[in-house]
Amino acid sequence: MATQSSRTAARLMVAPSVILLFIWMIVPLSLTAWFSFRIYRLLSPERNGWAGIQNYKWFFNSPDFWLAISNTLLLVGGVLTITIVLGVLIALLIDQPVWGQGPLRILVISPFFVMPPVAASIWENLFMHPQNGMFASAAIGLGMKPILFLESYPMASVIFIVSWEWLPFATLILLTALQSMSSEQLEAAEMDGAGAFSRFWYIVLPHMKRAITVVILIQTIFLLGIFGEIFTTTQGGPGSASTTLPYMIYKQAVIAKDIGRAAAGGIIAIILANIVAYFLMRSMGKNLDA
Amino acid sequence: MARSVTPRRKILFTLAAWSVALLIFFPVLWTILTSFKTEASAVASPPQLFTADWTLENYAEVWGRSDYPRFFWNSVVISVGSTLLGLIVAIPAAWAMAFVPGRRTKDLLMWMLSTKMMPAAAVLIPMYLIFQRTGLFDTRFGLVMALMLMNLPVIVWMLYTYFKEIPGEILEAARMDGASLRNEILYVLTPMAVPGIASTMLLNIILAWNEAFWTITLTTTKAAPLSAFIASFSAPQGLFYAKLSAASTMAIAPILILGWFSQKQLVRGLTFGAVK
Repeated sequence: MATQSSRTAARLMVAPSVILLFIWMIVPLSLTAWFSFRIYRLLSPERNGWAGIQNYKWFFNSPDFWLAISNTLLLVGGVLTITIVLGVLIALLIDQPVWGQGPLRILVISPFFVMPPVAASIWENLFMHPQNGMFASAAIGLGMKPILFLESYPMASVIFIVSWEWLPFATLILLTALQSMSSEQLEAAEMDGAGAFSRFWYIVLPHMKRAITVVILIQTIFLLGIFGEIFTTTQGGPGSASTTLPYMIYKQAVIAKDIGRAAAGGIIAIILANIVAYFLMRSMGKNLDA
Repeated sequence: MARSVTPRRKILFTLAAWSVALLIFFPVLWTILTSFKTEASAVASPPQLFTADWTLENYAEVWGRSDYPRFFWNSVVISVGSTLLGLIVAIPAAWAMAFVPGRRTKDLLMWMLSTKMMPAAAVLIPMYLIFQRTGLFDTRFGLVMALMLMNLPVIVWMLYTYFKEIPGEILEAARMDGASLRNEILYVLTPMAVPGIASTMLLNIILAWNEAFWTITLTTTKAAPLSAFIASFSAPQGLFYAKLSAASTMAIAPILILGWFSQKQLVRGLTFGAVK
């Protein structure tokens, strides 16, 4: 139905978005690629020139690098697992006939509106603080020693905080999917003698597949770049225990002031993100008829 | 899933659902309550939910210690500005993709979304240098541009899913009646698309308001929004819990209230049209 002229018009209308995004992507990317092969240290500006692949070598030889990669994957995987499992359970609960569903949704969505530095500092200070935090008070009240959350379990604590921030998103999308289900199918299954669990497994869960796909896709995009929560709470420590790839790059750039190495790390992070993106889009693309 | 329920079952589920919801909400509630306590009762052990000596002292002190109105105004300008600019760029693109789809439309959408996968920390230094050289550093305009581009893929995607639901026949009818492309967009498409545009706008204002990487790294004072305001309160200094809570409440309250009021449209927007 589209004529040649409307096709041209359509191209012109898409062009600004594509061109702007392309510039937004390609300029910093090429600069990063350029720096990654240069010797570029803010602390010794007199030394410069080509570094070859030295910056990349440094990253691959650093023991922190593999830790950072596994921490990054642990963070993404951990938060996805927690938010989806709890999200499904909470959505199933709220979907039951209960009083005050509107206010309930408002309470549940609230963490989504809290900006990351605030969320991180609330949890760090008001809850996880070893002397004054609420968890410490509870532990002392029960006659136990307070747990040093951020020192002893830094990654678990960060995953917990980020999961709290993203749980509303997962819950509400899954709830929306649940509420669009027809009750006849479930009633029919119930009459045929299907138990609660098999109704959930064979009818409810397949119905939520698309919603789960959306949750995974959108959350992964945001989780791969998580920075503020780590910066506010553990600063990547103790040692490098909670350093993720973005945080390791940040440390190279801002603390070690080695722009060359930071850029090499940046390129590695971008390649990794694209590998994740590729598999994600391939497996999910079909599911989201875009 | 409306099925016949006994009252007992309903009471049980109501109790369970409210307990879970309050548990999720509790950290926010606790922060708001703590902001009205004195520093001494803020760290009282065991913790007290309500105290007798509630005070507005913390708000007064936070207000006096930093220029809250300026941070607040910067947040408003940056989040609303980047969203409006993003809509201006994205509406034609999403319109074209929805109504004149080509073979590559889906790939293009996926590519746009994949630009968001670039970790911000990876391009921090080039971005910092570009902003310094071009004079965009610590300006509201610079941040408006940065956040607009950052959220553009999400805006295009959301609008696209809304526009796709508008039946194409209506547009054809308008075209046959001699409507120009401009009129078609202005008088036929836009009114039908307003709910979709509204939820897109809301979600993006919230995303931009809560953005805390570029807004902190690309500003110092002039253009610094509330994310930078809260970062300056994170350094522990003696008894500071109540003040930290007051500052936190001041940073999140505007968007929390906006979000509560627009919760329905927002959730619809969040599903990216993929969940009905």
